[in-house]
Amino acid sequence: MNAAKLTLVDYGAGNLPSVERALGRLGVETQRAATPEALAGSRAIVLPGVGHFGQLMRTLEERGLRGPLRDAIARGTPFLGICLGLQALFVSSEEDPKQSGLGIVGGSVQPLPKTAKLPHMGWNQLRRLRPSVLLRGVRDDAYFYFAHSFAALDAPDAAVAVCDHGASFVAALEQENVLAVQFHPEKSGDPGALVLRNFVEFARAKTAGEEA
Amino acid sequence: MSLARRIIPCLDTDGASVVKGVRFVNLRDAGDPAELAARYNREGADELVVLDIAASRDRRGTFLETIRRVAEQLAIPLTAGGGVRSVEEGRSILRAGADKLTVNTAAVLRPELIEELSREFGAQAVVLAIDAKRCAKCPDRSVAALHQASNSALASGAWEVFVRGGREATGRDAVAWAQEAVARGAGEILLTSMDRDGTRSGFDCALTAAVSRAVGVPVIASGGADNPADFLAVFSEGRADAALAASIFHDNLQRLGELKQFLASHGIPVRLVA
Repeated sequence: MNAAKLTLVDYGAGNLPSVERALGRLGVETQRAATPEALAGSRAIVLPGVGHFGQLMRTLEERGLRGPLRDAIARGTPFLGICLGLQALFVSSEEDPKQSGLGIVGGSVQPLPKTAKLPHMGWNQLRRLRPSVLLRGVRDDAYFYFAHSFAALDAPDAAVAVCDHGASFVAALEQENVLAVQFHPEKSGDPGALVLRNFVEFARAKTAGEEA
Repeated sequence: MSLARRIIPCLDTDGASVVKGVRFVNLRDAGDPAELAARYNREGADELVVLDIAASRDRRGTFLETIRRVAEQLAIPLTAGGGVRSVEEGRSILRAGADKLTVNTAAVLRPELIEELSREFGAQAVVLAIDAKRCAKCPDRSVAALHQASNSALASGAWEVFVRGGREATGRDAVAWAQEAVARGAGEILLTSMDRDGTRSGFDCALTAAVSRAVGVPVIASGGADNPADFLAVFSEGRADAALAASIFHDNLQRLGELKQFLASHGIPVRLVA
């Protein structure tokens, strides 16, 4: 296991290669983890995601990744969830109420109201709620690319930025070692690259701090 | 703060090279897809569409390689399609690096394909492409007339769906087909006016508005773009969520940055790239 690498959870998500490419452009080496063994000992974990909540949770379960992922997060491993990877952190989602989420963040994921066009597809801006690790150095008016119909409408203690589309929803959250974004940084041009770089630096600093 | 209207350059390819034509015929070579992709990514395109308009079975591998080469260049979303008939073909396109795929002819022939793709990849990854043509005997569908008409009256056969690259009429009403496709799980509509395509006479705003009002998903207007005023019109009276063009961008007749500055100065929310 290369300890310097960043681990991407491979559950078959379509955007995994894009995330790999985006991190590669930053000079970050990544490895894919589709098994508990591959996930073990990860210094930092990224859970990319697109598609259906139920399918994500089922696949994590089938591949034996659910427990190890929760354990790694509980141990303080720096974690970045992207899009569905953010939604997976919650207790449940109305997209598939029978499947439980990872339950790292309190609350549930709900459909965005149909008063606006869905999916919420395209570039939108954020409203900052408090200082953020991921958004450090990112201009307030920066646009990020979203593609989703469900969202966490609230995460009182964890949300660092929200976005509006029919309703206000959590666009970025940070809870100790757990960071997540509803948008796709890997598809969001320069601001997106900066968000990924901020995560990589957060992970490096955390790892260095533990070794010191 | 609101969702930006998107400007989307389109690369029509024969699988390997970018080609151009007027009203789907008289194709000519217009450059390397990866080079154009890199330029548009840099100049502020909000998304890129790459289509295999030949869509011949034996060249599918070539097109997948083209998608890979294009995706390498992009830090923005990529939509790809042309001849997709099955979940497996859709998967190969997404695996090659596309974020979304378009379906057109195969979905008209077998509408269940939309459900299959949507179930497998999510609605956000399934774009229904419609090639629509104004039918000669139809009633007045000017924007003014549409504004007066009730929603139910919009679906009365003003635009007909064509398939097989615009060569074959289907007898289907474009607005009704868009609604059916969305009900089946399409997450976006790529709407091309065959009357306007390649003519540089402006988007068909009436067509775009009719479809945009009829469905709850984003609509990408396509066909006829010439100048910034055309884009302004299709975003305002056409109610488009995104607008697509090819030749005016390929030939440098319209710079993306200038187009967006123009739209911003007219109150359209766009993503300006420094």
